[in-house]
Amino acid sequence: MHNLTIAEQIKGLKNKDFSSQELTQHYLNRIHDSKLNAFISVTDDIALSQAKEADKKIASNESSILTGIPYAHKDIFCTQGVKTSAGSKMLDSFISPYDATVTKKLNHENMVMLGKTNMDEFAMGSSNENSYFGPVQNPWDVSKVPGGSSGGSAAAVAARISPFASGTDTGGSIRQPASLCGITGLKPTYGRISRYGMIAYASSLDQAGPMTRTAEDAAIVLNAMAGFDPNDSTSANKSVPDYTQGLTNNLDGLKIGLPTEYFSEGLDSGVEKVVMQSIKEYELMGAKIQEVSLPNSVHAIPAYYIVAPCECSSNLSRFDGVRYGYRCEDPKDLNDLYLRSRSEGFGEEVKRRIMIGTYALSAGYYDAYYLKAQKVRQLISEDFKKAFKKVDVIMGPVSPTAAFDLGSVKDPVSMYLADIYTLSVNLAGLPGMSIPAGFSNQLPVGLQIIGNHWSEELLLNVAHQFQIRTDWHNHSPADC
Amino acid sequence: MTWETVIGLEIHSQLRTKSKIFSGASTAFGSEPNTQACAVDLGFPGVLPVLNEEAVKMALRFGLSVNADINKNSIFARKNYFYPDLPKGYQISQFEIPIVGNGSIDITLDSGENKTVGITRAHLEEDAGKSIHDLYDDFTAIDLNRAGTPLLEIVSEPDMRSAKEAVAYAKKIHALVQYIDICDGNMQEGSFRCDANVSVRKQGEGLGTRAELKNINSFKFLEKAINIEVERQIDILEEGGSVVQETRLYDSIKNETRSMRSKEEANDYRYFPDPDLLPVAISDELLLEIKKELPELPTEKKLRFVDTLGLSHYDAEVLTSQKEVAEYFEKMIHQGADAKLSANWVMGDLSAALNKSQLEILDSPISSEELFQLISRITDNTISGKIAKDVFKLMWEGKGSVDEIIEKQGLKQMTDSSAIESIIDDVIANNPDQVQQFKDGNSKLLGFFVGQVMKASQGKANPKQVNQILNEKLS
Repeated sequence: MHNLTIAEQIKGLKNKDFSSQELTQHYLNRIHDSKLNAFISVTDDIALSQAKEADKKIASNESSILTGIPYAHKDIFCTQGVKTSAGSKMLDSFISPYDATVTKKLNHENMVMLGKTNMDEFAMGSSNENSYFGPVQNPWDVSKVPGGSSGGSAAAVAARISPFASGTDTGGSIRQPASLCGITGLKPTYGRISRYGMIAYASSLDQAGPMTRTAEDAAIVLNAMAGFDPNDSTSANKSVPDYTQGLTNNLDGLKIGLPTEYFSEGLDSGVEKVVMQSIKEYELMGAKIQEVSLPNSVHAIPAYYIVAPCECSSNLSRFDGVRYGYRCEDPKDLNDLYLRSRSEGFGEEVKRRIMIGTYALSAGYYDAYYLKAQKVRQLISEDFKKAFKKVDVIMGPVSPTAAFDLGSVKDPVSMYLADIYTLSVNLAGLPGMSIPAGFSNQLPVGLQIIGNHWSEELLLNVAHQFQIRTDWHNHSPADC
Repeated sequence: MTWETVIGLEIHSQLRTKSKIFSGASTAFGSEPNTQACAVDLGFPGVLPVLNEEAVKMALRFGLSVNADINKNSIFARKNYFYPDLPKGYQISQFEIPIVGNGSIDITLDSGENKTVGITRAHLEEDAGKSIHDLYDDFTAIDLNRAGTPLLEIVSEPDMRSAKEAVAYAKKIHALVQYIDICDGNMQEGSFRCDANVSVRKQGEGLGTRAELKNINSFKFLEKAINIEVERQIDILEEGGSVVQETRLYDSIKNETRSMRSKEEANDYRYFPDPDLLPVAISDELLLEIKKELPELPTEKKLRFVDTLGLSHYDAEVLTSQKEVAEYFEKMIHQGADAKLSANWVMGDLSAALNKSQLEILDSPISSEELFQLISRITDNTISGKIAKDVFKLMWEGKGSVDEIIEKQGLKQMTDSSAIESIIDDVIANNPDQVQQFKDGNSKLLGFFVGQVMKASQGKANPKQVNQILNEKLS
């Protein structure tokens, strides 16, 4: 059953080949047998009762498309009555009193939540090594990282221990682990999916999205996740199309741009080879390839590592040990309570970014850092605007390398530099995808597809057409 | 050496919206602690603010009332600091671009002169919760009911030159926000709070270093706090010292200000635009709509009282200085009461009685209808103005309606000329010496005769008729 895509499982449930309870139990067994550390919490009881409810709905013909399909929820989405930790010691004891809008929407479909997936603490990281709950292993090679921050979600889908997992992407946190684990990940346009109840890292960049095996599955799930939310002022009041409708469109004449800057020094040759081969595949489908330039993309790293820390330094101020979450033992006074609760409750990378952001927002530095970064952000957007006058989609690598060894990158700046191809998309608020495109040294490599604002339909179409002609997305790690 | 005082005020006016500025929780005052704070107010992980449109409209009402520039795109910013009653670790406020820009308001000084006070800006922000330090020995209690209550912070130019001017300005704003129905003005409950920036300088010199006075919850304390602070600053300067820029807390029991934190200790608030909220876009249509809905403003009302009711500027100012007083007075006028007489009664006996009982006019035991009836009994000569004061007292004590009291106490004015004549005849007959002196030219004695007649009639004789008949009989 676990080798079926969501589209196939939907049919299976409909044809009574298996029940949601059987499907759910099967996945729960696989999760419990898995040693990848992909989950922070496994919610057997909730899953089985939701599956039971789903089976009733299916039996009485009250089901919607996704009714009864199990999924794994990144532990950054609030789930009422269930621990929501954001991968942090700070929230190890936090049971959310409410559901995130995304959670509500998936509940509304009667989907089945298997558990909450592991992640870099507060979504800060590209390797999942920054989790208080320990690193996640890459199912293709357990000595490698799964990528981050949605590493648990990516590993779970790749290892077939969940057919779909939610993710969030602030600087590449859906696309990069999707690439490193060989699955399909979509970061939609900023504002497409509600951020309400998604624990904030960098509010102007954070965006939720689906992580699945195929583009078709991503389209089905995106239908359920997307939409305006009156509780999120930054969500777009824009109707949601049926994302599965355009999947079969023909790509003849599609104009694909390859940014010069994405194929320069630092790109692993094995990754480059996979990406270029995929581009050839598109040429065979009738697409026209041309070079485009995104000259300001070199500034994306410094701009991102100002904007995101600035916002996170403020967003994470609420974790003060006063109302919920971690509180230090026997605080002597208020200052001691703050100092020790936050020093002991946050991990190194989170503290590093809070410090950077606090510094950059300080009086006398604001103009030089925050304002300057906002200007760069504007320039990056302009680059894309120009490029999208010439081409329909932009393609390139997701990450300069395939999955690297756990514990191998010690210097935070080296880790930041690996985000080079994903950050610009967040800074410009654009949709981006990673789809399985091949292997380099037995490790999966993703192809990144970037579209203009609100072009999710086209991206999914472009991805789906590739998956019709290739079978990279059907490869599975050993033991799966 | 003469010192000049320079004062600017920052007024926090709580907007009377039903729900909070960024959440759906109620803003009602006085509920059980922490029962009116939802996940958004408590700053739970993942929650997001959604701007309450009513708060925006109220800010615009204020802006239009003080002829201010309205920013068509204002920005919410985060003011970052740690405090246990600030759940998110930042306050959502407006910093670089507030919704209301430059405006002004006229105040009337004791001399009767008008003075224009500049309003620098007014911005929307959320209130913090309350820390209660004296409830438990070892703990500070936190009540987050107030967290997220909408505030309009109204910042004046440093245009005031005395504590009295500052109070006049504060009272004017206090009246205005109630006139336009955006704030209940309740200072005890903290709905209207003033911080004063106070400095002194030698005449003609640049601005001195200021201290910001906080914790002032009445107009009386505002005046006292400023005066005591001015004295303190002048003492320092005259002894050759210099004033430190700092925040000072006013202690109303000791009548002193004391240092809370100096500039060096002040927080760096690290303001930046709140990425969770879009710029507040104000359309011309909305502005027009709000302009139309604005009630008559105090200054307009005052001019109308002068122009169409013939009141003096002073009377008109006093009557319009409080919305409820103006409404009470106008209700009397609508029923047909004489304007000047109504003004005298409202500002005189009614106001004195209210003050004595420490009541607001809305709680007056004598309604505007009842006071109108009382005045009507004066103008239709049923009772004299003097008797009316006694009737007023009885009404205040709840002894009955105007007519019941007049009837029961037999206070009806004597207007029968022959009855008055016969009393006068008795008075003349009983006081031959005084009659002779009057006839010899001591005209002051007329008052004596009037007094005797009124006494004999138990105050009920119509004074006009008494004067007239006495003059005839004695001439």
